[in-house]
Amino acid sequence: MMSSEFFTTWFLPGIWVTVQVTVYAAALGAAISFGIGIARSSRYWIVRFLAGVYFEVFRGMSALVLMFWMFFALPLFGWQLVPMWAGVSALGLTYGAYGSEIVRGSLAAVTPAQKEAGIALNFTRLQRLRLIELPQAWPEMVPPFNNLLIELLKGTALVSVITVADMTFAGNLLRLGTNETTPIYTLLLVLYFVLAFLITRGMRLLERRAKAGIGQRPEKTGSITRKLGARGESLQAGSQSAGGMG
Amino acid sequence: MSWDWNVVDDFMPRFWDGVLVTLQALAIGTLIAFALGLVWALAQRSAQVWVRWPVVAVTEFIRNTPLLVQLFFLFYVVPNFGPSMSPLTTGIVGLGLHYSTYTAEVYRAGIDGVPAGQWEAATALSLSKGRTWRAVILPQAIRRVVPPLGNYVVAMLKDSPMIATIGAFDMLGEAQAFSNETFTTEALTVVGVAFIVIAYPASLLIRALERRLVR
Repeated sequence: MMSSEFFTTWFLPGIWVTVQVTVYAAALGAAISFGIGIARSSRYWIVRFLAGVYFEVFRGMSALVLMFWMFFALPLFGWQLVPMWAGVSALGLTYGAYGSEIVRGSLAAVTPAQKEAGIALNFTRLQRLRLIELPQAWPEMVPPFNNLLIELLKGTALVSVITVADMTFAGNLLRLGTNETTPIYTLLLVLYFVLAFLITRGMRLLERRAKAGIGQRPEKTGSITRKLGARGESLQAGSQSAGGMG
Repeated sequence: MSWDWNVVDDFMPRFWDGVLVTLQALAIGTLIAFALGLVWALAQRSAQVWVRWPVVAVTEFIRNTPLLVQLFFLFYVVPNFGPSMSPLTTGIVGLGLHYSTYTAEVYRAGIDGVPAGQWEAATALSLSKGRTWRAVILPQAIRRVVPPLGNYVVAMLKDSPMIATIGAFDMLGEAQAFSNETFTTEALTVVGVAFIVIAYPASLLIRALERRLVR
């Protein structure tokens, strides 16, 4: 059976490492999502094109293969990454690509009239994004981003393969030492499920707050833009991004 | 820092072996995921609580835990109780089982998307339950489920290298073994590029399909 000593030296730190990897990769992924997502709705074709290339390459790539490549092949080009950061960057790059589709789709769902209103007010492109488009797209983005976060949490198990001591790594180590496979892997699955559950709960709060934000605007315009937005491109965008997640 | 095409040449025969294993895992995994997913989806609509509840619990659990750990579970734990399977078989079963919980959601959404009036019309015509499903509901649901199902096939392709971690010689498994034997890294790069080369046209195809079917 699992000794308590093992539990404190490997398993508890492993849970912490899993949480850390999730948080860092989510932060990197979110930054990339917004950067690439906004770039993909740029009016300059070259910006759109380059962002599109990023999207296709990292969405088509397997996260595990990318991780292996960053850990084993990147040093060949003179760039050695600590296992943890190889893992975090591979996950962040992959999930940033999926996230950019969410950002692009929900920006596209903002009604044209809203954008035109911004132009009429002589807002700069940046002002329009910050004051009009992003605040309206935000409630549309939150639910798919939550799904993506659960996918990311599950993806973090991959870092164990490149020797990052997360909870899956601790489980494998324990299996090699004791051969008590049944309790080890059952515990692991339950731990991941609990973490996913906690994330879902926490994010539901955020979702409620994002929706509440809508109500603060004048009642009528708020509901009309939401309806139009939902009927427009957000349906298509939703179905596309849903399948992209691995 | 040097790229050696001779190493790539040496790797190529084993690369093709790996491609075959990957495609095999993908094909059989897809069949399992599509068939089992429909079973889950129909069971989740069952009127019996004792059918519906356990199926919902099990699929939620599988959906919210990592495929990698599930593969370890199937490979190291299941033999304690039941049959012991080869790495490739374990990998295929794991992929199929994991993705069946995603396809179940797709089927569920597709079936729910059929307007309620269609059910009522079937009742009004006093069609039998089987006939309602076969002649009215499923034909309409299929149009909606094909594109998202296709997306999950691409997603499964990208997750398939995980079976290398339990010792199956797919594309990644071959590249890993080759790299360890020769102390080179070209093989990993070749496999990385291969994934993009396969996945990109596949996603284009699905997008075209989506445009044609979902109207």
